[in-house]
Amino acid sequence: MKVIAPDKDGIKRVDGRLKVTGAIRYAAEYNFPGLVYGVLVNSTVAKGTMTAINGKAAEKAPGVLAVISHLNVPEVSGYKDGKAQPGSPFYNNQVFFNGQPVVLVIANTLERAKYGASLIKITYKVEPHQTNLDSNLQNAVKTGDDYMRGIANAYQSAPVKIEVEYRTPIHVHNAMEPFAVTSVWDGDKVTLYTKSQYIKGMQQDVMKLFNLPEANVQVYSKVIGGAFGSGSPLWPYAKAALIGSKVISKPLKVVIDREQMFTMVGYRSPAVQKIGMGASADGKLIGITHDAIGETATYQRFTEGITNTTCFLYDCPNVNTTYKLANLDLSVPTYTRGPGETTGVFALESAVDELAYALNMDPLGFRLKNYAETDLEQNLPFSSKYLRECYKQGAAQFGWNKRNQKPRSVVQNGWLVGYGLSTGAYWAGRAPSTAKARLSPDGILLIQSATSDMGPGTATVMTKIASEIINIPVENIKIELGSSALPPAAGEYGSMTTSSVGSSVYDVCTELKRKFNELGGNNDDNPNYVKILQDHKLPYLEVTRQSHPDANSGKYSSHAYNVNFVEAHVHPATGMVKIVRVVSVIDGGKILNPITARSQIIGGVVWGISMALMEGGVIDHRYGKYVNSNLGEYHVATNADVPQIEVIFIDKKDPVTNPMGSKGIGEVGIVGVAAAMANAVFNATGIRVRDLPITPDKLVQV
Amino acid sequence: MASKNSSNESEKDVKILDGTRRDFLKQSTLLTAIALTPAPLVRAAENGWDEKIAAVYEKVPLNIEVNGVKHQLSVEPRATLLDLLREQLDLTGTKKGCDHGQCGACTVHVDGHRINSCLTLGVMVSGKKITTIEGLAKGDQLHPMQEAFLKHDGFQCGYCTPGQIMSAVACIREGHANSETEIREYMSGNICRCGAYPNIVNAIQEVKDGGQTV
Repeated sequence: MKVIAPDKDGIKRVDGRLKVTGAIRYAAEYNFPGLVYGVLVNSTVAKGTMTAINGKAAEKAPGVLAVISHLNVPEVSGYKDGKAQPGSPFYNNQVFFNGQPVVLVIANTLERAKYGASLIKITYKVEPHQTNLDSNLQNAVKTGDDYMRGIANAYQSAPVKIEVEYRTPIHVHNAMEPFAVTSVWDGDKVTLYTKSQYIKGMQQDVMKLFNLPEANVQVYSKVIGGAFGSGSPLWPYAKAALIGSKVISKPLKVVIDREQMFTMVGYRSPAVQKIGMGASADGKLIGITHDAIGETATYQRFTEGITNTTCFLYDCPNVNTTYKLANLDLSVPTYTRGPGETTGVFALESAVDELAYALNMDPLGFRLKNYAETDLEQNLPFSSKYLRECYKQGAAQFGWNKRNQKPRSVVQNGWLVGYGLSTGAYWAGRAPSTAKARLSPDGILLIQSATSDMGPGTATVMTKIASEIINIPVENIKIELGSSALPPAAGEYGSMTTSSVGSSVYDVCTELKRKFNELGGNNDDNPNYVKILQDHKLPYLEVTRQSHPDANSGKYSSHAYNVNFVEAHVHPATGMVKIVRVVSVIDGGKILNPITARSQIIGGVVWGISMALMEGGVIDHRYGKYVNSNLGEYHVATNADVPQIEVIFIDKKDPVTNPMGSKGIGEVGIVGVAAAMANAVFNATGIRVRDLPITPDKLVQV
Repeated sequence: MASKNSSNESEKDVKILDGTRRDFLKQSTLLTAIALTPAPLVRAAENGWDEKIAAVYEKVPLNIEVNGVKHQLSVEPRATLLDLLREQLDLTGTKKGCDHGQCGACTVHVDGHRINSCLTLGVMVSGKKITTIEGLAKGDQLHPMQEAFLKHDGFQCGYCTPGQIMSAVACIREGHANSETEIREYMSGNICRCGAYPNIVNAIQEVKDGGQTV
């Protein structure tokens, strides 16, 4: 029997109190004695070389301690022998994109650093640039990620077919916390406070930059104010901060501003996608062709799985996909919530809706008719797939049977009403991860792992996992994360944290309990841990263990699934879209902590609303520069844009993914959502918007 | 064509050099100082003491009360209330999200009204009472809104949370929490990128319906 039974929703956030009182410290909130401030100056051209940097005025300004650029930077070990990645800060005079960090001004107050930065004058030898994906489609190059089964372009000979093109714009993560580094050097040792989704990886990057041993580099990322995929690399701004603090031998804080968040820490690549899809007259899929073109930087390549889901989501004998990239003079894109899938499934699930209409079939019936019972891409069985239950429960809860197939046929209080649906999936993977558990005579169970928490509640779910094995009060379980000194953990991305780190927590707790039972001489489900320690005069008992994916995992195809049902209202005169209702049904395996899991899914749906209706980075291609690099003009969903969102979990164990039976849900929550919105808008208006976002101008019929 | 424009712009930039604030100080404030001060200080300035003089002339006295504590400060007129709280008073609960008044993470109460502290200069709140997230709880006893955010999981990463809570308290005080729709409208100045909006609305409704004094 548990001492404290968590309620049916699971346990509340273990760090919640620190967050609602403002007591928790984010990366920019370590005010060390003698702390100085750095402000980065960006390039103002998209391509070329810097021919001169005039920093004299800044150097003379009150309080300015240093002006650092490629012209005066001391030797950086990692830059020797031309080993630096192009675009590394202060490496050379090359400019690869507008908004590249090129000069760091350090001063003894923030205001003085900002002022100093405003005085820097850079001259450039400008070269012609290309930043427009649309005008560079013909220059896109193959990535080697093409796929084919059956007959190529089989859709073309299908009795009913569609050929459509979709466009998605740049999406910028825009986490609420601006990226920050507080860097402290002590001789040849450095401590870094920042936001990191992969702490051990970032430690390696710092080691490489300065050619330092592991013991000399400490990375702290105790709490993260959102990252959504942008928080993994050691970005150039962070390298600049590390170099800057080494130069002046003082604790240095560098916080990038909102505008710099658009060019310095990645974004979701825009994409142009062509889909050809064909079916028999009774609605059985014959072929899908999915050709995607995205963009990457000239100095660094980033690829993502835009066409991944197309290869396995439906029972279709003939599927071929291509993925190309245009190399543009922009900063490099990176993983962005549901990377690849979010972009690709918007197109796929819009196209499925379009073909269902072409067949005059209910889009739900069309999906069920083409339900995949095995993974035809990998030719593997699914470890678990409760997508059919998702459709069933969602449709019942939403009232899908009240939908009118005919577009623009329902009007309520002057608003056009439409229902839309989408399916999504995301790989349920896992990586090796280590945890250490120690139980002390004070009854405290301390679990350590170098994982991080960018918001979903890592420590909370780990507490829940531990509490179900070691039956002690939840408040006696302490999860320590966010430091590179802790046992190495997998990164917090790809919906892998609970599966990877959670498994190691599960394993160490199971082993710890076994050890206690061995000492106690019985096999109690609830051993008296403290008494056993006292009886054996032990200061503590601890277990460290690395957990690996199950040996059988390669024999199965494992994915989390979601289905979103959406009701949209569209104002016919103004084109304004209101999302009125969302029912989001999730097959995420066993749901370990419902209250935080629900928040993750709500978050994904909110991102979907944002993506469908408002988000898009706009670049003035004459300058290769963003014109909406702020939260006033780059619109994200606000409270007034979001209705109550109903989340339903199927909550059935997956037998393969991990010992808890869960499947990661961080990414899947957003996948497909924008398509459900676009499909609902079509049902409401009869207007098919294939280029996101669905802004009012696209819906007003003149 | 595009690059030519960029090139012209950068060449133009180069010509505007050295019209710095320091020069301005030397020509105006410092000259005034020199006129009024004895000769040794002029030499001091030449010897690099100008930074200290600049510090004297750049700062103005400011008396404010933050979370019930009175502060006599000396601040630069260009320092925002947000930076003053975070960097000088080490009250880092108030967050910086955009510096443009677009995200609401920096929301604090000035004499009981919610404001964006990033759009407020420190010198503008002279003599006023500031309440930040750190001043909302009574000792260990959380404010009802903090409790409600915990209960309804009104956040994930927590970065926008202090601003949301300060705004939520004001939203009820202003009488703008009478329906779900009204709450959404009057809470739309506070962006939550984790998307906890429905939970935030539920938290505010519970506090409003609970009738406690906020």
